[in-house]
Amino acid sequence: MSLESLKGNWLQAPKGAEKVWIGIALAWCLVLFLMMPYWHLFGQQNTSGETYRVSPEAFEARVNEFVEANRVGDHNGVPLVEPPPGGDAFLLGRMWQWYPVLKLRAGETYRLHLSATDIQHGFSLQPLNMNFRAIPGYDYVLTITPKEPGEYTIVCNEFCGVGHHMMVGKLIVE
Amino acid sequence: MNDQEGNNPERSGAGSGTEYNPPEGELAKVKRGLRSLTGGWRNCDTTGMPVCLDSQFFIRWNAIFAVIFLLIGGIAAILLALTRWETFNLLRTDLFYRVLTLHGLNMLIFWILFFEVAILYFASTTLLNAKLFSRKVGWVSFVLMVVGALMVNWIIFAGEADVLKTSYLPLLAHPAFYLGIILVAVGTLVAVFNFFATVYVARRDRTYEGSVPLVTFGAIAAAIIAVVTLLHGAVAMIPTFTYSMGWTGEPDPLWYRLVWWGLGHQSQQVNVAAMVAVWYMVATLTTGAKPLNETVCRGAFVLYILFINVASAHHLLVEPGMSSTWKIWNTSYVMYLAVLASMVHGFTVPASVEVSMRAKGHVAGIFGWLTAAPWRNPAFSAVVLSLVIFGFIGGITGVTLGTQQINIIAHNTLRIPGHFHATVVGGTTLAFMGLAYYVVPLFFRRDFLWRPLARIQPWIFAGGITLMSFGMSFAGSMGVARRTSDIAPAEEAYGPVVHFFLAMLGIGGVLAVLGLLLFVVLVVATILFGPSNAGRPMKCWGKPAELGANAKATHGRSGDHYTPGTIVLVGIFLAAFVVYYFANWSALADVWPVR
Repeated sequence: MSLESLKGNWLQAPKGAEKVWIGIALAWCLVLFLMMPYWHLFGQQNTSGETYRVSPEAFEARVNEFVEANRVGDHNGVPLVEPPPGGDAFLLGRMWQWYPVLKLRAGETYRLHLSATDIQHGFSLQPLNMNFRAIPGYDYVLTITPKEPGEYTIVCNEFCGVGHHMMVGKLIVE
Repeated sequence: MNDQEGNNPERSGAGSGTEYNPPEGELAKVKRGLRSLTGGWRNCDTTGMPVCLDSQFFIRWNAIFAVIFLLIGGIAAILLALTRWETFNLLRTDLFYRVLTLHGLNMLIFWILFFEVAILYFASTTLLNAKLFSRKVGWVSFVLMVVGALMVNWIIFAGEADVLKTSYLPLLAHPAFYLGIILVAVGTLVAVFNFFATVYVARRDRTYEGSVPLVTFGAIAAAIIAVVTLLHGAVAMIPTFTYSMGWTGEPDPLWYRLVWWGLGHQSQQVNVAAMVAVWYMVATLTTGAKPLNETVCRGAFVLYILFINVASAHHLLVEPGMSSTWKIWNTSYVMYLAVLASMVHGFTVPASVEVSMRAKGHVAGIFGWLTAAPWRNPAFSAVVLSLVIFGFIGGITGVTLGTQQINIIAHNTLRIPGHFHATVVGGTTLAFMGLAYYVVPLFFRRDFLWRPLARIQPWIFAGGITLMSFGMSFAGSMGVARRTSDIAPAEEAYGPVVHFFLAMLGIGGVLAVLGLLLFVVLVVATILFGPSNAGRPMKCWGKPAELGANAKATHGRSGDHYTPGTIVLVGIFLAAFVVYYFANWSALADVWPVR
């Protein structure tokens, strides 16, 4: 029993159903493991983690530059910005706003630069439910291809102070 | 410590309990009291095992404080459940985060660490026929842990640490918050040192024969993982503390996340190892189960020690900074070898119960052994429910959500607390509650009051947690964020159906807290007012009947490795696992291409 010390040699190979189960479990663990490299080769949703160090001030300056160059209007008081298809888009999380509102084209691919300038935020694209992290000091480049047109909501899903639940942005796909 | 002291009687066979007649009368009581001052012994009136009184003292007080922190965390939990249940949205925004910080630290850190220290003291003394290495070291550990935990609770109540349990930089709390956590961590390390020293002295002085019992082996695994975990905690918390004091610069937020999760996730792996040790212990206490193959069980614990340490990566899968190779290797516990270990325990624990029950004559059909099991014993039902919830809900979701790419559709949504409430609450906490139905009679020497309520308590708690976990998981699949006081501003994006699942979360949460409160009331009332069982065996919770040889011959088979029921159960488990896992890949394939 499990509460008594073991006398003598207790080393023995597993047998019977126990042995078979260990084999099946090990095989399943290898399937679990191999699915990840497999998806990198044949799947379309991966987080490769292209990242650059950037100071929060420098990132904010780049975002402002991007907004000035590509602004096409306003969306509820936040600049509406349309990056060139295939080009760079910038999105900044800060207490308690996603800045700016991006306007993208379905089927085009963008390099979305994601970061935060004060504390950590969570980029959660709804109702798709795609989630990434925005961390101050890191420019996280996600190469994304919007599929269906529509108005999407960006929720912040990392706690960022009392206004956290109000930190809701928009992303428009045409 | 002097080993010659005290009167250490030869250990009689466990389970007999009648060969040793404990002293009676007032004089004996006084003597016993004096012995407790000099580090004496008593023999357990139920199992005949030797109990080191120093160890018993710390087991009692660690268990008492564990239950106090469980109660604080439970009261916080009911407030949180009634806030996320959007119909009530009870707490004001700032209070919600304060209560959430309180809940996380008391439940995940204090309740569990205090209980685990009690388990370590038990596994290194009673099971090894040994004395606690040092009463002084025990006191140092206990005082550090209590002061640290009270300091953290005080600073949270003061509103100076609304940073949640993870306290991600650059969010900053009052220095007392970090200092309190450091004190608890150091206190726990001191207790782990006391544990290892006890095991070392026991081995040196040959207080036991052969190899340590399996439960002690599991406790050693938990303690080794705890050392690695607590060192990570020190590396993350000390620079954060000095930063909060203004003495040093700000640590990098990503570096903090990496090292903090070396504490945050690994501490849950300590819980897994401790929980599995409790599974084996309760299986033995309630059905006399004996592991089929000790090599396999111990090998699985070794896999935990070797590979469970890298799980910090689970929390960094959609982060900037780390390469995919790093993420895949680490999130998979090095090709899922720690998952293999859990799948092995998930077979060996029920298989050992099945073999034991069949040997008693319960051989009818595939599940005759299971229906005849001692279900009226709350420790047994708690451990069965713990195993099922941990495996079927916690384990399956954990592996799936911790897959590098699938994490995209799960990270920081309610799916994550849906997962870990099934592991650490439905799994670890419930197993510890089950063990408490023996800890109180055996170490506080009082029989439980209101036994019918005790028998249903695990079912209420497990039912509530399961319902809540499902509610969280489904709401999270629809995108609802965790750690959010109110979803109203984002409601349109989630759709109306989430309210159904948030209500399920709320009802499940309230039910689970009722189960928790019932547990606390039972334990506290019994410790204070329960009938003493000193001098006689504890009142039995109900044992499986011994049918004898006739039943075996007429109805079915039994044997050391004959476990058809367990084979069916693990088959159902694997099928559920495969379906859930690939359903998630399928859901992932629907979202936008990203690389």
